[in-house]
Amino acid sequence: MAAPAVEIEQYSVRFGEFQALQEVSLEVPEGAFVAIVGPNGAGKSTLLKALLGLERGSMRDGPTRVVGRIRVFGHPPREVPPGWVGYVPQVKGFDRSFPALAIEVVVSGLRRHWPFRIGREERRQAAEVLEKVGALHLANRRLGGLSGGELQRVYLARSLIRQPRLLLLDEPATGVDVVGEADLYRHLEAYQAERGATILMITHDWEAAQHHASAVLVLNRRVVGYGPPEKVLCHECLSQAFGHVGHAHQVVLGGR
Amino acid sequence: MLEAFQLPFMQRALLAGLLVGGLASYLGVLVVQRRLSFLGDGLAHAAFAGVALGLLLRQEPLWVAIPFAVGIALLITWVREQSSLGDDTAIGIFFAVSVALGVLLISLRQGFAPDAVAYLFGSILTVTPTDLQVMGLLALLMLLLAPLWRYWAYATFDRELALADRLPVLRHDYLLSALIALVVVVSVKVVGVVLIAAFVVIPAATARLISQTFAAMTVSAILIGTLSVLPGLVAAYTLDVPAGSAIVLTQALLFGLALALRR
Ligand SMILES: Nc1ncnc2c1ncn2[C@@H]1O[C@H](COP(=O)(O)OP(=O)(O)OP(=O)(O)O)[C@@H](O)[C@H]1O
Ligand SMILES: [Mg+2]
Repeated sequence: MAAPAVEIEQYSVRFGEFQALQEVSLEVPEGAFVAIVGPNGAGKSTLLKALLGLERGSMRDGPTRVVGRIRVFGHPPREVPPGWVGYVPQVKGFDRSFPALAIEVVVSGLRRHWPFRIGREERRQAAEVLEKVGALHLANRRLGGLSGGELQRVYLARSLIRQPRLLLLDEPATGVDVVGEADLYRHLEAYQAERGATILMITHDWEAAQHHASAVLVLNRRVVGYGPPEKVLCHECLSQAFGHVGHAHQVVLGGR
Repeated sequence: MLEAFQLPFMQRALLAGLLVGGLASYLGVLVVQRRLSFLGDGLAHAAFAGVALGLLLRQEPLWVAIPFAVGIALLITWVREQSSLGDDTAIGIFFAVSVALGVLLISLRQGFAPDAVAYLFGSILTVTPTDLQVMGLLALLMLLLAPLWRYWAYATFDRELALADRLPVLRHDYLLSALIALVVVVSVKVVGVVLIAAFVVIPAATARLISQTFAAMTVSAILIGTLSVLPGLVAAYTLDVPAGSAIVLTQALLFGLALALRR
């Protein structure tokens, strides 16, 4: 039997005195679409980075201590061929002054280094994937001039161009409009159908998670719930994760 | 005017200016884009302390200044990686230590202060064949390392994505800071400690104003860095002003032009 896409066993991360993740265990079968939800600071991004082999972070608050075991397609994260994994980072205060065209960003995802010149074949591939995410018109725009939602599409194209077996998406819908968000799920589902890829996606949009994901992981430093959306997004699990369930979540869950 | 460049010392000055201008602006692109503009200043002062040490030990200053500045550059990078102090603070500490050390070393021996002062302001017209050889070697090294540009650019664009793609970003950081230190040390003789940062920063900043891509920025910075040497030297020769100042002012003029003409 093939190894699961992701296996996490008793995984804990401490930043100095701060416990960011505690004894997280979970298994994601190949082809799953897992939505990761949880409050701010729950360790969601930390978990994705661990899957990328970036767990050591910077020494912000003293040394980082990591215990536990992670396997991605049966390999330790750092030994997974980098072409197998596509990553869309959380939108951050990224450097808009870096002179780059959108297409260069996409091609960097293919080459895994920065392009000095872009060849014809690469240009064709980049155009194809940009077209798929509805961003072909952005190809020759400067990165610094793109809106938040446009930027997210370019980053998604960047992660897809290497045709990864595993997609790790950190709040890819942030700043994307309603149509764009529907598009995003359409692209992801189409890609998944085409390649049988596994998707782990962090989101704060419970409703979308419920509709599109095959499984939901509720994370708050530890695993609060993990399983099919209808089992996990119950009232008790949520109040355990968030302390209390606000009005907004009641609306989301109200229909069931 | 042309006959001026038949004088060997003027030829050496021109060649030195072109080499140093090209090298400094090439790495300057990475320095500017990584917001390490202060690093040029810090390392120039480290070079100064190295020169002072060399003069005190009666050695060729360059041979002492090179390991000294490279050592400081690696230390700065190490402190940056180890703490959350921030780049400017890490650099500032070593900047201050270097100046203090340089001044202390100068005071230890009477009589060589004028030599040391020459390094503060540079003297491109006294470039020796040895200086030129060292610059040439460094230019050759940089040419051999040109394939690394794509990794440096990638890590400059987004360090985390580069790390996720298994780029040994830390090793590249150390290599880059050592190379920057080397370029700064060999430039000190030409432009002087106080103006080095301009050589590193201004052509790259000008290039950024007029470039759409990082590749274009790199190429234009090198062009600007080398092309501003000739008018600077001519001005220095005809008006009898310090060459380093004349070149830097030419670069600043180009920067102003780019700023004004930018779409
Ligand atoms: N390198 C680091 N050094 C110190 N603390 C860190 C580091 N990285 C993350 N943290 C802390 O760990 C906690 C979890 O961070 P993480 O980014 O994983 O949260 P998150 O669940 O993604 O939150 P958000 O919804 O806001 O994105 C936060 O409190 C954060 O400050
Ligand atoms: Mg996050």
